[in-house]
Amino acid sequence: MIGLLKRDLTLAIRAGGGFGLSLAFFLIFTTLVPFGVGPQTAILSDIAPGILWLGALLACLLSLDRIFQLDWEDGTLDLIATSPVPLEGLAAMKALAHWITTGLPLVLVSPVLGLLLNLPGPGYLWLMASLVLGTPALSAIGAFGAALTVGVKRGGLLLSLLVLPLYVPTLIFGALTVARGATGQDALTPLILVGGITLGSLAILPFAAASALRVNLR
Amino acid sequence: MNLRVTDLACARGPAQILAGVSFAVAPGQALILRGPNGAGKTTLLRTLAGLTPPLAGTIEADPDAIAYAAHADGLKSQLTVMENLLFWAGVFGTRDPAPAIAAFHLTPLLDRRAGEMSAGQKRRLSLARLLVTGRPVWCLDEPTVSLDAENVARFAAAVTTHLAAGGSAVIATHIDLGLPDATTLDITPFVAKRIRTDDPFAERMG
Repeated sequence: MIGLLKRDLTLAIRAGGGFGLSLAFFLIFTTLVPFGVGPQTAILSDIAPGILWLGALLACLLSLDRIFQLDWEDGTLDLIATSPVPLEGLAAMKALAHWITTGLPLVLVSPVLGLLLNLPGPGYLWLMASLVLGTPALSAIGAFGAALTVGVKRGGLLLSLLVLPLYVPTLIFGALTVARGATGQDALTPLILVGGITLGSLAILPFAAASALRVNLR
Repeated sequence: MNLRVTDLACARGPAQILAGVSFAVAPGQALILRGPNGAGKTTLLRTLAGLTPPLAGTIEADPDAIAYAAHADGLKSQLTVMENLLFWAGVFGTRDPAPAIAAFHLTPLLDRRAGEMSAGQKRRLSLARLLVTGRPVWCLDEPTVSLDAENVARFAAAVTTHLAAGGSAVIATHIDLGLPDATTLDITPFVAKRIRTDDPFAERMG
């Protein structure tokens, strides 16, 4: 299973792998917000937590359809399904690879973008903490959605519609963590809820994704 | 007995394709599946490989005995030949890819990316994967597509070696591979009566 992870990471970095797409989207999206909203620092400070979390979420969404689709198209998924690797393990590794290539870079650049949006000083730690805890849930939920739509050609629209409602709790509590942290209120409670969503997703969704894959491979 | 199938009924999607298929493949034996396009050879092989659950009947094989090779090569075009083989070697538990490389004459191509190879070269790599799996029962779906005569001979030699080592093979093919002791099974008699008239696979023969 470590081989699967290594292969996915290699593929992501090689030409055409799509690594950096989400990161570039996050950078562009967040950089453009001050142009659209105007340069009033008070307004930017107010909306920064929501914008940063929304940008991270949409950036994650952008690369979801690649998780299983490429392996399905070239026949690799059939062959892995007949190999000793359990599909549950495959789903978990795919989600992990997606997080390493998408979620982790977003976490690392988020403080820089916080600066662009004039995020108040105490918010940075909460921003990174909430993204570190929250983005794995986005990857796990996304892998489940990708498994559900794996047989659908150009299934990006269906995938977005399936996944977006499931992303809402993470977005609400993630953005709330940053907003409360930035204004000096108690941010621990929403942060714990974000962690809870992530743990629940990681525990349940690889199994759900594997079942969806089995149905789609029939 | 490596593989015994009793009264098997297979479906593809909502449509039942085959019914009442029974055969047995002993170690060292190859079974050639024949039948016109759309008869259900791929469906039967996918059922044997465990991708599609059978509607009825039983498949007796050791767990993890079957190596499946589909129409699609299952190669990653950004990875080199060696990386592709090592990946599958890792997935199936580390086996030495050297015999596979030798059997399909891949040595000159090892550092080539799969995306830069011809269809026939990709197929050779895809077949070499079978040797890496180390599994005894090969289920092959039209393995010789886009291979030239020389490489069909290499493939036949690889199958013969596999059979001599106590393995067995179920091969859907339209050409004569020249395998010794191969039995041929025509699946046309097992084609199920189509139940649905709007069946998307309903291009019927006979």
